[in-house]
Amino acid sequence: MAQFVQQLVNGLSLGAIYALIALGYTMVYGILRLINFAHGDVYMVGAFVGYYLGRMLNAGSSSSSPSVLNFFLVLGGSMAACALLGFILERAAYRPLRRAPRLNALITAIGISLLLENLGQLIFGADPKDFPTLVERTSYSIGIVVFSNIQIIVIGTSIVLMLGLQYIVHRTKMGTAMRAVSFSHDASGLMGINIHRVISFTFVLGSALAAAAGILVGIYNPKIDPLMGIMPGLKAFVAAVLGGIGNVPGAIVGGLIMGVAETLTVGYLSSTYRDAITFVILVAVLLFRPTGLFGTTARAKV
Amino acid sequence: MVRQMVKSNWLRGLALLVFALLAMSACSQNENVIRIGVFNSLTGGTATFGISSTNGIKMAVEEWNARGGILGKQIQLIVEDDQSKPEEAAMVVTKLINQNRVAAILGEVASSRTLAAAPIAQRAGIPLITPASTNPKVTKVGSYIFRVCYTDSFQGAVCARFAVERLGLKRLAILTDVKNDYSIGLADYFKRDAQLLGAQIVSEESYSEGDTDFRAQITSIKGTNPDVIFVPGYYTEAGLIAKQVAEQNMNVRLIGGDGWDSPRTVEIGGTAVEGAFFCNHYSAEDTSRMVRTFVANHVKKYGYVPDAMAPLSYDAAELLFTAIQKAGSIDGSKIRDAISQTRDFPGVCGNITIDAERNARKAAIMLQIDQGKLKVYDVIQP
Repeated sequence: MAQFVQQLVNGLSLGAIYALIALGYTMVYGILRLINFAHGDVYMVGAFVGYYLGRMLNAGSSSSSPSVLNFFLVLGGSMAACALLGFILERAAYRPLRRAPRLNALITAIGISLLLENLGQLIFGADPKDFPTLVERTSYSIGIVVFSNIQIIVIGTSIVLMLGLQYIVHRTKMGTAMRAVSFSHDASGLMGINIHRVISFTFVLGSALAAAAGILVGIYNPKIDPLMGIMPGLKAFVAAVLGGIGNVPGAIVGGLIMGVAETLTVGYLSSTYRDAITFVILVAVLLFRPTGLFGTTARAKV
Repeated sequence: MVRQMVKSNWLRGLALLVFALLAMSACSQNENVIRIGVFNSLTGGTATFGISSTNGIKMAVEEWNARGGILGKQIQLIVEDDQSKPEEAAMVVTKLINQNRVAAILGEVASSRTLAAAPIAQRAGIPLITPASTNPKVTKVGSYIFRVCYTDSFQGAVCARFAVERLGLKRLAILTDVKNDYSIGLADYFKRDAQLLGAQIVSEESYSEGDTDFRAQITSIKGTNPDVIFVPGYYTEAGLIAKQVAEQNMNVRLIGGDGWDSPRTVEIGGTAVEGAFFCNHYSAEDTSRMVRTFVANHVKKYGYVPDAMAPLSYDAAELLFTAIQKAGSIDGSKIRDAISQTRDFPGVCGNITIDAERNARKAAIMLQIDQGKLKVYDVIQP
C-alpha cells in the first residue's frame, strides 16, 4: 500500500510537468484548431535557457548556496524568454498562413519543430547537460512514503501556474477575448476584438508554461538535451487529447493521468512499456471517447 | 562538323589526362601513409567514452609517427563520430572501409555499437579491435574482431563475488539498461554468479538509455528491501539513478560496472554516488612505470587525468600497430594473424594475451568513490 502511494506521488510529479506542456497544446488548439507540434521543443528551449541562467546565477553567487530565490529568477527569466520565442514563432511562421488550409499550418509546425531540434543541437551541442542545482534536495517521510522538496516545488509551482491561467482565461478581458475567438474568429472580429493580438497572446502564454515545465523537469531530473522535447511533447499532446483537446481543465487532468499511468506501468509491469502506454491510451481514447474526458462533440462543419 | 569533332576529341583527351594525373596522385598518396579508421561516440549520451578513447589512440599514433611510423610509412588516423547511436556506427564503419579504404579499425567502447559495426568489418576482411566493449557476443562475430579488455562474464563474476563475499551482502537488486547489450549481458552474469554464491536476487527492474525518471523502478526496488543495487549501465543514467535512490532515503550500497568510468559519474551524481563501488580496467593511481608514464603524458597533452577508456584505447592502438609491423603488410588477413598471435604484450592496463576466442584475459580493479575521487578498493585476478 505504501509502495502504491509512493508510486502515486512519483506519478503526480511527472504528471504535473506533462499537464503544463499539455496546456499550451490545448490553448493553441482551442483558438486556432492547430496542433502546434513545435510546442515540445519550446519546452526544450525553456530548459536550456534555465540551464544557462542557472549557471550564471550559481557562478555569480558562488559564496551563497543554491537558493529558492535563484529558482524563481531562473523560472521567470526562462518563461519570459520562451514567451518571446512563442511570439516570434507565431508572427513568423503561423500568421502568414492564417488564411491558408489548416494542413499547411500543421506541416509548418512540424518544420518549426525540426528546426528548433536541429538548431538546438547546433547551438547547445548534442551532449546531454547537467542542469545546475538551484535547490538543494532534501527528503521528508510521512510513514513509509518519502517525498522530496523538489517534488513539492514541482507540484506546487504547477498548481500556482494553473490557477493563474484559470484566472487569466476566466477573469480578465484578454481571457474573455480568448474564449470568444475560440468560439468564432469572424464573429469576434466583427465585435471589435483584435484577433491577431489574441492569438499572439495565446502563443506567449502557452510557451511560457512550456518553459516553466522545462525548468521543473530540469530541477527534477537534472539531465537535459536538445531532443528532450520530443517524447514529453508527444505525451503532453496525448494528455491534451485525453482531456478533450481545447479544454483547459481537461489538459490538466489528462496530464496527471498520463503521469500516473506511466509511473504505475513502469512500477508494476515493465519499463519497456513506458512509452507504449501513452499510445495505448491515445488509441483507447480515439476508439471509445474521441472527444476526450471533458470534450464536447463538435458540430461537423459541412 | 570536323572541327567540332576535333575539338571534342581534344577535350576528351584533356579530361583523360587530368583524370590520370589525379589517379596517379591519389596512388602516390597511398604509398606514403597507412590509414587507420577510428569510430567513436564523440557526441551523445556516452560522449566522454568516445572522446577519451580517441585521445588515447591519438597519443599512440603520435608516438609511432615520431619514431618513423609503421613499415616506414606515417599513420594517418581517420576519426568518425557515431553520435552514440548503433545505426550511425554501422554507417560510419561502412564509409571507413569503402571510401577511406582503411587497413584496420579501432573502436567503440559501447558493445551495442561495436556489435553493429563488427559484421561489416568481418565481411570486408578488415581487422577491428575494440578497446573496451566487454559483451561476450562482440568477438564471436568473426575471426577479424578482437578486444583488449576482459569480458562481462568475468566482470559480472567479479562484481558478484565482491558484493557477496567481500561486503557480505546477500539481498541484491539489479537495475538494467535494456537498450544496451553491455548492460543486459553484465546483469545476467552478475545474477548467475551471485546466485551460485548463495545470494538472493530480490528485485530485477529495467530502464532504457536516455530515461531520466527512475523513481517508479526505485520505489519497486525499495519495497523488496535490498542491501545492494547493482546498476550495470552507463554513467549518465547511473548518476541520475544514484540521485533518485538518495532521494528515497534508502540504506543501500550501489555497485556498477566499467560503464561508470567517466568523470561525469561524480559530476552528475554528486554526493549521491559517495561510497559507491564500480569495476574498472585500471586506476590512475597505479604506481607501475607504464601507468605513471601514460598518465603524465596524458596530463601534459590534454590537461587532465584520464579515465580507463584512454589507456585501453592506447593499448589497442599500440597492439594493432605492433601487429601491422610484424605482419610486414597492410593485408587484412596478415594483420589478423599477427594480432591473434599476440602474447604478453605490455599494456598500460596490464599485459595482453589474445586467446583463441580473440579476447584478452586481464585483472579487474574495484574502485570506490571517496569524496569525489576514485580509490582502489580491491584488485581481482582472472
